[in-house]
Amino acid sequence: MIEFRLPSLGADMDEGKLLEWRVRPGDTVTKGQVVCVVDTAKAAIDVECWHDGVVQRLLIEPGTTIPVGTPMAILREAGAPEKQIERSIAPSPAAKPEAPPAPIAAPVAAPIAAAPSPAPRGARRRISPVARRRAAELGIDPDDVPAGSDGTVTLDDVERAAQGRPSHATAKAAAPVVPPATTMAERAALMRRVIGAAMARSKREIPHYYLAEEVLLAAATAWLAEQNAARGVSDRLLLAPLLLKAVAVALRRYPEFNGYYRDDAFSPSGSIHIGVAISLRAGGLVTPALLDVDRKDVEQLNRELLDLIRRTRAGSLKSMELSAGTITVTSLGEQGVGTVYGVIYPPQVALVGFGRATERPWAVDGGLRVAPVITATLAADHRVSDGHRGGLFLAALRDLLQNPRELTTSGS
Amino acid sequence: MSAIPTTKTTYREALREAHREALARDARVFLMGEDVGRYGGAYAVSKGLLEDFGEQRIRDTPLSELAFVGAGIGAALGGMRPIVEVMTVNFSLLALDQIVNTAATLRHMSGGQFSVPIVIRMATGAGRQLAAQHSHSLEVWYAHVPGIRVLAPATIEDARGMLWPALQDPDPVVIFEHAQLYNLEGELADPPPTVDVERAAIRRAGRDATIVTYGGSLPRAMAAADELARAGIDVEVIDLRVLRPLDGETIAASVRKTHRLVVVDEGWRTCSLAAEIMAGVAETAFYELDAPPARVCTEEVPIPYAKHMEEAALPMPPKIVAAVRQACGKG
Repeated sequence: MIEFRLPSLGADMDEGKLLEWRVRPGDTVTKGQVVCVVDTAKAAIDVECWHDGVVQRLLIEPGTTIPVGTPMAILREAGAPEKQIERSIAPSPAAKPEAPPAPIAAPVAAPIAAAPSPAPRGARRRISPVARRRAAELGIDPDDVPAGSDGTVTLDDVERAAQGRPSHATAKAAAPVVPPATTMAERAALMRRVIGAAMARSKREIPHYYLAEEVLLAAATAWLAEQNAARGVSDRLLLAPLLLKAVAVALRRYPEFNGYYRDDAFSPSGSIHIGVAISLRAGGLVTPALLDVDRKDVEQLNRELLDLIRRTRAGSLKSMELSAGTITVTSLGEQGVGTVYGVIYPPQVALVGFGRATERPWAVDGGLRVAPVITATLAADHRVSDGHRGGLFLAALRDLLQNPRELTTSGS
Repeated sequence: MSAIPTTKTTYREALREAHREALARDARVFLMGEDVGRYGGAYAVSKGLLEDFGEQRIRDTPLSELAFVGAGIGAALGGMRPIVEVMTVNFSLLALDQIVNTAATLRHMSGGQFSVPIVIRMATGAGRQLAAQHSHSLEVWYAHVPGIRVLAPATIEDARGMLWPALQDPDPVVIFEHAQLYNLEGELADPPPTVDVERAAIRRAGRDATIVTYGGSLPRAMAAADELARAGIDVEVIDLRVLRPLDGETIAASVRKTHRLVVVDEGWRTCSLAAEIMAGVAETAFYELDAPPARVCTEEVPIPYAKHMEEAALPMPPKIVAAVRQACGKG
């Protein structure tokens, strides 16, 4: 038996609201499959399950807000005996008819007044010991038995269910399940609170230091122009994936900027997953991760980045992506300012910022020329690294970007 | 089938007859305590016995519980079968050392060489406006102690029948007589039936909920059961009779039938007999329960003097009815 619990989808997440199940009892689930959609304060996230198995029972109703770690479903391990599962999923004549699946709501939906009052969050149903035992004897799933008027499933309720007689509570239970709803303003306020909590924690706990370095982009932009000359508009390579790739390769040499600081100790990460700060149109910020950036070529990163941005704005991220970042990169892009000093996203230990790439006067070989330049910054955790190493890291990043061709082929 | 002949009697008279029988059957038996002789006993249980059995066997004692309970223990060690009457359980605290440290322990401390076959009777309970120093229900203090047997006759039959088997016990027996029961009237079979001092008794069979109670709370529980029956709730009432050792089997068997438990105990709820019974049911019959076990106890105050306040403090039938309805999901 496997308990599927609500995972933490980021260091700033304490709870989540189940929006929708993507599986039903009896479904076979493979490792990595999306099984439900959970609304964190930031987005509606597709949550994967990391076990192979068969869904035995769903414990949480859509619309319920539950703390991280709450069991959400019971899975039978692949290969475990069938009998147990058959009994609880077989449409026993006693079981109440399955309610039709709730329509899938967009994360931002009907006004709050339409929200049902779901079961108390994380609540275990009140089933008396003898009712539970009798249900087991009858082969009834006690969670399918409608409770009496005080919300407790008693022996009588089980016996009634076994005989197919309606419980006094059935009439009420037949009310349609209304999808959860949150107003736009509420969502924005909630997200602001969550961001505020994470950033306050960062500034409270992390002794930041900041470094900046101007990086000549002449070679990089030339290489991009060359690449894009042969491409259609839709698959043009962007600067961002190239920058991300350079950060990842530099991190391989300077692992003290990649990982987590937890329990008074730094643990470097073996993988390089870069959280990319993506602003939402409605306001707010999400930092889903591009995975294994050091091992992918720029073209693939370009594709994945565009997909990530699209899915972030559509509200369909995967849970893994939200929590996986081992470092964050923020780029204020073409509409932004020259320099950005970031706030580290705990428990990460560094944040790399890129300002706007602009044409600037640049001294070359004793003369001046105009060239595209970008300011790269590093905000890093002084508990883990010092400015000297930070400087070397930024210098490595700078040098890597002078040789884009090599960078693009330095995948695994 | 011929009807068994019965006699109309009271709880008090039944106790007196039990003494008379014991005194007549066994020459080693004698009664002592404050005012048991000339005055006839604080609750008139021994009225007339002095005249019939004489000063050697019906002995008035000085006002020292420690001294006369200690003397009783000595007599028991010396081969007698003393019945020691203590006016109320409140006063018995003065003899607690004798009962708990001496009577209950000697068999064990002497490696089985000595036993203390003493019977200590005392009144207990409230309801007669005798205020806090005469009204408490401290039975659980004794029920806690290994080495003694604790009885609580709640019916005329038990009042008549428990004394003799208690005297046959080679170890100390404490008998609690609820002060409100002495005037209880009823019919008693003639000859009176023998009773055991081992098992609880089902005083009323029912299927919806089990009330476990004892002593002075039994009539209240029965009254509550009658009222609940009129509301369609069929209650089983168990009279513990023996407070130590507890008859857990009878309780568990009833809970297996009704799936609901309400304990009515005139003691205070904290560390009460009710708590012990609920714990026992939770241990042995957890999977039989259809509702949380409940208890109706005395409010946690020294028993008040004023009548309305005294009644408000006690587990009276309306509270019992409410607790049972709640347990049955019909609160």
